[in-house]
Amino acid sequence: MGLELDFSVVLDRWRSLLDGAALTLELAFIAVVCGAVIGVFGAIGRRGGNPLVERLCGAYVEGIRNTPLLVQIFLVYFGLSSLGLKCSAFTVAAVALTINVGAYTTEIMRAGFDSIVKGQIEAAEGLGLSKAQIYWHVIIWPGIERVYPALTSQFVLLMLASSVTSQISAEELTAVANYIQSETYRSFETYIVVALIYLALSFVMRFGFWLLGLALFPRRRRLGTPL
Amino acid sequence: MGGALNLNHLLFLGHGALWTIGLSVIALVGGGLAGFLVALGRVSPSRTLRLLAATYVQLIQGTPLLVIMFLSFFGLAAIGFNISPLAAAGASMTIFVAAYLGEIWRGCIEAVPRPQWEAAEGLALSRTQRMVKVILPQAIRIATPPTVGFMVQIIKNTSLASVVGFVELTRSGQIINNSMFEPFLIYSIIAVVYFSLCYPLSRLSRRLERTALQKKPALA
Amino acid sequence: MNISAIQSAPAAATAPVVAMRGVHKSFGPLKVLDGVSFEVARGEVTVLIGRSGSGKSTALRCIDRFETIDGGEIEVCGRRVDDARLDLRALRLDVGIVFQSYNLFPHLTIEENITLAPHAVKGVPKAEARALAAKVLAQVGLEEKLHAYPEQLSGGQQQRAAIARSLAMQPKVMLFDEVTSALDPELTGEVLKVIEALAADGMTMVMVTHEMGFARGIADQVVFMHKGKVHEAGPADILSSPSTPELAQFVGTGL
Repeated sequence: MGLELDFSVVLDRWRSLLDGAALTLELAFIAVVCGAVIGVFGAIGRRGGNPLVERLCGAYVEGIRNTPLLVQIFLVYFGLSSLGLKCSAFTVAAVALTINVGAYTTEIMRAGFDSIVKGQIEAAEGLGLSKAQIYWHVIIWPGIERVYPALTSQFVLLMLASSVTSQISAEELTAVANYIQSETYRSFETYIVVALIYLALSFVMRFGFWLLGLALFPRRRRLGTPL
Repeated sequence: MGGALNLNHLLFLGHGALWTIGLSVIALVGGGLAGFLVALGRVSPSRTLRLLAATYVQLIQGTPLLVIMFLSFFGLAAIGFNISPLAAAGASMTIFVAAYLGEIWRGCIEAVPRPQWEAAEGLALSRTQRMVKVILPQAIRIATPPTVGFMVQIIKNTSLASVVGFVELTRSGQIINNSMFEPFLIYSIIAVVYFSLCYPLSRLSRRLERTALQKKPALA
Repeated sequence: MNISAIQSAPAAATAPVVAMRGVHKSFGPLKVLDGVSFEVARGEVTVLIGRSGSGKSTALRCIDRFETIDGGEIEVCGRRVDDARLDLRALRLDVGIVFQSYNLFPHLTIEENITLAPHAVKGVPKAEARALAAKVLAQVGLEEKLHAYPEQLSGGQQQRAAIARSLAMQPKVMLFDEVTSALDPELTGEVLKVIEALAADGMTMVMVTHEMGFARGIADQVVFMHKGKVHEAGPADILSSPSTPELAQFVGTGL
């Protein structure tokens, strides 16, 4: 029996594939931005002061990191609808992905913030900076710079994981693939093409983060050394 | 109209949970063996092997597991290879785990201090002997915490097998929900079960990492 | 305890800038400060010396509230530092501190290191802050390093930049916590020269140091601490003619 592969029917539908890829990136972008904000506050919360806040942040992080994303998406989906909120699949997907990546980002940022030595903070205190100012100028940005590679990897993983939102009918790339293969019966070719598109997207994302890093961290741009 | 959650439902979930564990073990063993080969390939003196292993890792790490599952189940079926959901899930997870564990283990092999390599060379051991007798034993010790940590990823990722029809924990929940229509309750229970499987492993991995940091590394 | 030749303070014209009275502090079971008292008048340089563990660094850090005390009083620029309701920010506007490990912010240029606090804490406009940075850097002899990053500077240069960073806040008193101990010997000279110049300009200072020769030259008051107490205090010549055997041994061993 001969193996007849026909990629052309799949590639003919490049517009749908492009739409799906665009939506994947859109979901990833929203989740990354919101997740980063959650991560900063979560990391600050976990680092102390208030024991109740510490415990809540800890419970959030452990709860998310020890349950599958698919189950989290279903919980958000059915949870939101049981609250009476009618949300689009895109919204549900964005919310679930944000909650998910927020937990991982919290842990990564916490490691970054913890890596700032006490002497730095004492020097800032000695200069009269307030706690918030110390966080902004001395802890948060150098901390993020230290863990920037780990953050980049986590965000790329998030983009790949967004494929799971196809299960609640978000129209991202995997959902488009399912649709195409159901129309063309060319499942093998479809998923191969889509796998390659995801691969391309991950390179694009890494490149984008590399450029962002150059913009955010002038010292790194000028000196090229790690912090 | 659905019935209340009864013992049958819970037993069905328990059965699914067992298959979650079973698939995880298959993934760990299969992916572990393949991952070991990938790791060796990544540090091989042969440039071709290094390139092959690196390409494999890049390809798999840049593809969502879900797409690999679809490819192995629906994709292969479309070109004439019909395999069971278990086989598709098992194969997909093995391929996936091999790439990630291979990378983790490569890092652990490379983390063995250079002086150890040199000492072994100085004793006129062949490359195989060096690896087996000196490097790998130390690499295994370094690898234990992250490997235990990765087992958590494996267990979580088995939930995707539900999408190709394999009846593990998540799929069991979906099936029950079709007759009960209490999705939030069911998935909450499922989340708790996953948590009770994963959390102890997470804690163990962190504890192993702490003790590994406290132990002094062997001097050359 | 043997206090020799307590220097005659100018008759109550100015209150001391720093006053420690009967300060006690313990870290758990370990008593680190056991009734420490000394005063620093305006424009005076006080040097704290003693073995490791004598409590000198702890005493210095207490002045700027980096440690809290268990008993006694600390007064700095008319404020009670031991008061729990103390306005920390106001204290640190008056007190500048330089650490052993310089603690420059590695992700900022030297200029940004210096302009950060004046701009963020005192609201000094950016342009003015930059001019101020150039001025204090010139004072420590580093004007060409304005746009460099800390990692591009030697240890001695980093410490001088750290001094400039504290100076930019125009403090009333400067604290130096073993600022040359982490430096290679050939680099300590440049830092000590800067400190000398500051003293000559009339800056009130409290220094913890192991540099005996430097202390002899610069100190208006030497406070020798031993086992958490002020064991001997007086003008710099107590180093050449100590009254207590402990100080004699300390100076003799050149620690």
